[in-house]
Amino acid sequence: MNILELQGITMDYGTVKALDDVRMTVKQGEWLAIMGPSGSGKTTLLNIIGCMDKPSGGAVILDGVDLSTLSSKGLTAIRREKIGLVFQQFHLIPYLTALENVMVAQYYHSMPDEEEALAALARVGLKDRARHLPSQLSGGEQQRVCIARALINYPALILADEPTGNLDEANQNLVLEIFQTLHREGHTIVTVTHDPEVAARAERCIVLGHGRIAGEQRMCKPAPEGRPADNKEEQCQCG
Amino acid sequence: MTKYSLYGKMVLYALLRRRSRMVVALLAVAIGATVLSGLVTLYYDVPRQMGREFRSYGANLLLLPDGDNQVMPEQAVQLAAGSLPQGKVIGMAPYLYDRVLINSQPIMAAGTDFAAVKKVSPYWQITGQWPAPGSGGAVVGAEVAELLRLKPGQTVTITVPGAEQEKKLPVAGIVHTGGSEEDFIFVELPLLQQWLGKPGLVSVAQVSVQAGEGELTAWMQQTAGTGGGITPRLVKQLTQSEGLVLGKLQALVYLVTLIVLLLTLICVATTMMAVVTERRKEIGLKKALGAENRSIVLEFLGEGMVLGGLGGLLGTGCGFYFAQVVSLQVFARPISFQPLIALAAFGAAVAVAGLACLIPVRMATGVEPATVLRGE
Ligand SMILES: Nc1ncnc2c1ncn2[C@@H]1O[C@H](COP(=O)(O)OP(=O)(O)OP(=O)(O)O)[C@@H](O)[C@H]1O
Ligand SMILES: [Mg+2]
Repeated sequence: MNILELQGITMDYGTVKALDDVRMTVKQGEWLAIMGPSGSGKTTLLNIIGCMDKPSGGAVILDGVDLSTLSSKGLTAIRREKIGLVFQQFHLIPYLTALENVMVAQYYHSMPDEEEALAALARVGLKDRARHLPSQLSGGEQQRVCIARALINYPALILADEPTGNLDEANQNLVLEIFQTLHREGHTIVTVTHDPEVAARAERCIVLGHGRIAGEQRMCKPAPEGRPADNKEEQCQCG
Repeated sequence: MTKYSLYGKMVLYALLRRRSRMVVALLAVAIGATVLSGLVTLYYDVPRQMGREFRSYGANLLLLPDGDNQVMPEQAVQLAAGSLPQGKVIGMAPYLYDRVLINSQPIMAAGTDFAAVKKVSPYWQITGQWPAPGSGGAVVGAEVAELLRLKPGQTVTITVPGAEQEKKLPVAGIVHTGGSEEDFIFVELPLLQQWLGKPGLVSVAQVSVQAGEGELTAWMQQTAGTGGGITPRLVKQLTQSEGLVLGKLQALVYLVTLIVLLLTLICVATTMMAVVTERRKEIGLKKALGAENRSIVLEFLGEGMVLGGLGGLLGTGCGFYFAQVVSLQVFARPISFQPLIALAAFGAAVAVAGLACLIPVRMATGVEPATVLRGE
């Protein structure tokens, strides 16, 4: 079943055509990577999927709902209910602790639940850092808080724009392992990345160029339960 | 944890953990509330204070004998004064006048009650001393003292027309007023009454009442005809200028209060605008997480209200202190704490802070998450 379907998406910023007739689908439980050079429209595409921008043309069908029919209030509701966002710059609220940052997502969604938020932090290995402010956490830890926050409302789709772009290799692996676990559990994930090694962890990779889909590749790896080590050996280069 | 407690946490921590910016806004509100509560407290108290101060410029009501009578009974005067508004009479000084001879020079003598004179005419400047009660001492006007070369401590010899015997009195003090008082010699009322054979009679009574012209006129109309041989008369000039000055003061206080409120509004609004600009990313993030505009508005309004509340509390306290200091310095008397004024100043601070948040909050809801979250 397709959780996401893009039908001829275009996005114009004045004379700049950031996206041009992008067509693709994402299946339930799939992990899709989007690659492409800088300025190719990856972030623009992710923002449209994440209901933060409306495309200039084309249709986005998310979980059976045509987004173009929705008002901005409706888009906000979809964002709240169906999307989990992970950013390259983490974007944690600086004056709230890790725990409170996770609970803020619950707060806007429904009800803050401290136990559940703690459990989410435990999942990303940060149970004992729950009461720390973002400034007291390392970049990798902040990104894991961000993932915990993205997960907390059981989103239908997790969107991550360069989630490892600001992390060193050790932290990158930690984060990727979390994504891998999530994928194995059946979450649908779309990650944008520059790094072929990161893209290789996904099941499928789409390459954007000048706002168009320039290539698509299914990773030649077996089922997602394959160990990370296996993936490395069998990884295919995108694009 | 409930929704409300997380809301409270968000609002409080946004203030507490980002102190520097908030301290500025807090100070703005506090200073505004200080000036507001200080001025209003003073404004409430000053007319009363000013009333007293103005009274120090002398009597504003005269009680005179009816018709062509030269004198009136003291008892009738007391009766009339008793019907004046309760607690507003600062003092009433009775005077009995007649001509006496000192060193063969005709001088006007006045019998009076020195304790009452002190209250009604506090502007009297005495060289030497006020006579001790019952001592029989005299106060000599400066002109008379110069004419007769009298000094405090000397004895003055008075001859009363019709009475054979000369009276000798000690001069307790010399009075300077710059007015007609300097041409008189003042002695104790019972003495002069006795010398003149006019026991229980006075020529005039000067009354200092803490009341405006309207109030006094109303009283005069009320008691017209029931005066028992007494005609009251307003000392007009003083009561009028008093009203004029108070009116001007009132306009000034209103104006200053308005300006202070406006300045506070601008300062808090500017600070909150800077806060919103600073926190565009955070607002964008919250919207990306699915926050509705209403939630964002509530959070910023909450911050503004807490600022207004804290600043208002601080300012109301400081304002009372400020009013107290001014009152002590200028009027040499403490003011009483007015809970209603404090409450109003506090409420105004909260309202101004809330109002100042309106524009910044509009800005906050206009933030586009896709734009502000994009890159650095
Ligand atoms: N708000 C905007 N106004 C005008 N042009 C924009 C705007 N946002 C994006 N663009 C343009 O759209 C194109 C795609 O931008 P986008 O951010 O999607 O690229 P990207 O693939 O994410 O790049 P990077 O890898 O550097 O993040 C770029 O040419 C960019 O300049
Ligand atoms: Mg990008």
